[in-house]
Parts: sequence; C-alpha cells; structure tokens
Amino acid sequence: MQLSLGPVLYNWAPERWRDFYFRIADEAPVDVVSVGEVVCSKRAPFFAEHLPDVIERLQQAGKQVLLGSLILVSLRRERRQIEELCASDNGLVEVNDLTCLRSIRGRPHAIGPYVNIYNETSAAFHVQQGATRICLPPELPLSSAAVIAAAVPQAVVEMFAFGRVPLAIAGRCYHARLHKLSKDNCRFVCEKDPDGLALKTLDQQDFLTINGVQSLSHACTNLIGDIAALREAGIGSLRLSPQDCDMVAVARTFRDVLDGRGSAEEASGRLAELYPGVAFANGFLRGQPGFSFAHA
Amino acid sequence: MELICPAGTPAALRSAIEAGADAVYCGFNDETNARNFPGLNFSRDELRKGIAFAHDRGARILVAINTFPRASATALWQRAVDDAVEAGADALIVADIGLMDYVARRHPNQRLHVSVQAAAANPDVIAFYVETFRARRVVLPRVLSVVEIAEIIRETTCETEVFVFGGLCVMAEGRCSLSSYATGKSPNMQGVCSPASHVAYEETAQGTTSRLGGFTINRFAPQEAAGYPTLCKGRFSTALGDGYIFEDPVSLDATTLLRGLQSAGVAALKIEGRQRGRAYIESVVRHFRRALDTLEDGSEADIVSLKPFTEGQASTLGAYRKTWR
Repeated sequence: MQLSLGPVLYNWAPERWRDFYFRIADEAPVDVVSVGEVVCSKRAPFFAEHLPDVIERLQQAGKQVLLGSLILVSLRRERRQIEELCASDNGLVEVNDLTCLRSIRGRPHAIGPYVNIYNETSAAFHVQQGATRICLPPELPLSSAAVIAAAVPQAVVEMFAFGRVPLAIAGRCYHARLHKLSKDNCRFVCEKDPDGLALKTLDQQDFLTINGVQSLSHACTNLIGDIAALREAGIGSLRLSPQDCDMVAVARTFRDVLDGRGSAEEASGRLAELYPGVAFANGFLRGQPGFSFAHA
Repeated sequence: MELICPAGTPAALRSAIEAGADAVYCGFNDETNARNFPGLNFSRDELRKGIAFAHDRGARILVAINTFPRASATALWQRAVDDAVEAGADALIVADIGLMDYVARRHPNQRLHVSVQAAAANPDVIAFYVETFRARRVVLPRVLSVVEIAEIIRETTCETEVFVFGGLCVMAEGRCSLSSYATGKSPNMQGVCSPASHVAYEETAQGTTSRLGGFTINRFAPQEAAGYPTLCKGRFSTALGDGYIFEDPVSLDATTLLRGLQSAGVAALKIEGRQRGRAYIESVVRHFRRALDTLEDGSEADIVSLKPFTEGQASTLGAYRKTWR
C-alpha cells in the first residue's frame, strides 16, 4: 500500500512551506506528494516562486508529484490558473474541481478528495476520462470505497487517513469575515493560523477549524487502526494531510504499521504524541458521524 | 424568465401551478432526491398525475434526482431516471456524473439539467457538461454575484437557472460534509442536511439551547425565537469573538435584483423549498409571478414583503451582491 502526502491546506510562510517539502523529499517515507495551493487562488503567487524547486527536489527523491488544482473555480484568474496547470508537464494534475476535465480528459490525471465520487459508475466514468488515481471523498464509508475499488482495479484508490478533514468550501472567506475585512482586502490574515482557526461551540466544545474559504473538522482523521480493513477493501493508498506537526514522523509511523513493524495501537499512541491536544476521528469510515472515533 | 417552483406534495404542485409557476420541480419519495424528508415527495403514480395536471395547464415538471447514488445501489437511481422519463418529465435535474452519463446514453433525447448540487461555477465546467452529456441548463451555485453570472452567460450556450428565494446554502452546494460530520447524514448521500432526527432543544432558565448530533448550534435568550439548528447558520465561538461565524440565519430574497438577472441573460428563476407548506408556495410563487409580470410590462415591481416566509424573518441578497468581497 502506498502512502501519499496531500497538499498543505494552510497559509504557511513561503520559506517554511518550501523547507517543509524539502524535508519531506529528504526524509519522509511517502510515495506520492500532492503540491500546490488548492484552497485560495489569492495565496498561490506566494508559493509559485518555490514550486519548481520543490517539485524537482521531490522528484529527485523518487516521489511521484501530483499538482493539485484549486477546489472552487469561479473567477477568470482562477480559470487561467486551471488552464496553466492542465498544460503543465511537471507532474500528474490532481483534479479537485471538474473544471479541469475539459482540458485534461483523455490524458492521465489524478482525482482529488474534493470531487464527488460516491459510486462505481462515477468512478468508472472518471477512469474512462483518464484518471489513474482517485482519492475518495472523506465522508465516504468503507463499504462504498470497497465497491468502487473493485470496480476500477486499474486505478489506485486512496482514502484520507490522517489530518483534519476538509468538510466544506465557500465563496466567502471566514478568516476575512472574522477579522472584519473584505475578501479582496483580506491582508492574508489566514497566515496567523498555520494549523487553522479553532471554532468551538458556545459551550466551548471543540468542533470545527476555519481555513479561509475552507472549513475543516477540529478532530484529526486517524485510520492507522483500520489499515487491515482498508487493505481488505482494496484501497491502494493512504493520504496524510499536513498539519502543523512533525509530518515526517507521522509518515514514518504509518509506514511502520504498513510494513508490519509494531502494533496499530502503539502507533496510534505515537500519533497522539506527535499531534497532541486534538481528538482522533474515523466515523466516516463506518458510516457514523464523522467526528466519532472507534478503535478497530 | 421562467419561474421554477418547488413542490414536496401533489397539493403543493397544484398550488404552485395555479399561482403562476411556469415549471415545478419535485422528486421521488426516496433517497434519490436532496429533500428526502419523511412524508414528503412523490410516488410514481403521483408524479404521473402531477405531470398530466401540469401539461394540461401549459406548465412543465422537472424531476430532481440529485443526490449521489450509493455505491452498489446505483440501480435505484437509474430506475428513478427511467421512471421519470417514462412518466413524461420535461427535464431531469441531476448532480452525479455517473448518472448524467447514464441519462445521456440511455435517454439521449431527455432534457438534462445540471443540479446546483454539482456546483458548476464557471463557463469551462458548464461547457464540459454540455459537450459530454448535452446538458441544456445549469442551475448555478449560490456563490456567484450578478456580475459573475452575467460573465458566465456571455461565455456559454447553456441556459442558466438561479435561485431567487428561500433557504440559502452558505457553502458551495454538493461539496459540504458538515452535516455528516455531526450526524452521519449528508445532503450528498442521504439527501438531508442537519436532519430533525438529530436535533434536540434544551430549555433552561437562561433560555433555549439547540443541538445537532450533540453539538450546541445555538443558544437563545428566553424572549428570543429559537430557530432550527442548521449547522452553518449556528452561533459559535472563536478566539476572535462569538456569533454567526458562517452566516446569519437569513433567507435569500432577490426580488430587487430581478431586472439585473434579466439583463444578465438568466433563463429561469428558482424558488427553494420543497419541504415547505402550501401557504409558503402559494404566497411566494404569486409574489414572484407578479414581480415578473410587472418586469415584462416595463414597470418596476412593487416589493411586497415576504418576511413571514423567510428564515428568522430576515432576508439577504446572498452572494448576488458581494458586500463581503
């Protein structure tokens, strides 16, 4: 089973972003790395400068590089970004919005977790269009994932296995709204929250995380105890989504379990040390409320 | 511009048409439609009768089969498509790409509309649906301004339909799992958002607390009206302050923007609310019929208050005027 690293979803300082990927290239036991700004088109220029170096370093380290597309595409500038992305030959484009399909169909590409694939006929359609990898929507239960994986054996089917889970995308920026700024003059205030902005209930219960136009869970997905079931279901890859913690160590922890070194229980304890203070969740996998967590 | 109105029951369908709807959209009483609420929606027989009623009066019926089929159960959705076509539906409203593919192959002459749940938000993706599945109309997501809608229309051959009234999704439609995170039930999979089965209210001396799946969504002072705990319209707490973090509990009312939408080239106006009763349907449809008729006359529409029918008795122009941009 492969390990993949999803794109950094938060607005990290560009040098920190670059150094993060350099270290991933040098040290993390992952097979696939998805790069690029997928949340907010306004952030993209900050990373553009470092992107070629990051891609080169990752490829030299033997990682397969995916170029993630923007999740919500409406502005002319955003459509142009998509066009340029689909024309690039730097790596496999990871489609996060169907806008890409018009130019990329017929050529190999990956499908990211923001595209709605809930069943085997949709998966088969995308494979027919050229999809070779499919990261399924995080809310999909394992029973559905198994049916899909069986229907498209020629594609690598991936599940979201670590990190706060992306739950929604909006036209409006909630970071800007909270800071009483307009979206166009946001001053990039989301950079103040490299692990997202905590949203709690009025009873101060942890609930969600705000990341600009994106809303994520507070809880951190953790499927390390479900690896046997995922293998059984034909899942070919696990996605680790970068959080503000030691992601190299997170990747090593997953790799150890995949390679049969140590128990899942110990590994889960290790993940709790690496990303402290955040509850784990795996409810979606069982068709339960996403925030819930059950040990396998 | 056509007026497209919701119906959750045969009675609502008749009311909508009598109040002046050009077309009514409805769904089957199962998980194939995005308003899968108990006691709502149409049996096969009710749909056939509804279509006959509509056609006799020069109105059309659009059938929403707009959830994402469950893996290994796609036959249920395909049967819904077959039955709607056989019943004489004037168009199918579909969100799932596999199901669109099925409609285009199996029923090539059936008129296909891209559901708002597909969140097609720009001319390129709309062109993809037109070229691949011969989609004839796209229901635009509620994240766009009137200016952006006009830009899209300039670049597409596809008809566009926009929401003008009713409940307002805050997030891009069809791309939101907030409800299933808290309850296990989602719009995409089960056709429900923030379902009543997971709602609880707790009364204390301090007022009423509303919960969804155990999470507090709002708290109301004793004299305050306690609204329904739709997740994205709750009051929450952050380091930067408490309040309606995503959106105030308001409804969309674009009555004052009809002229702009007409100039933009919008083909059809849609009213949300298949879950609403006949009183809502009648009043809202009548209001928009009158507004559209006065628009056609060239006179200004008289703005009747629709306040009793809006959520929290407050309305918004939503993204159509991007005050937040």
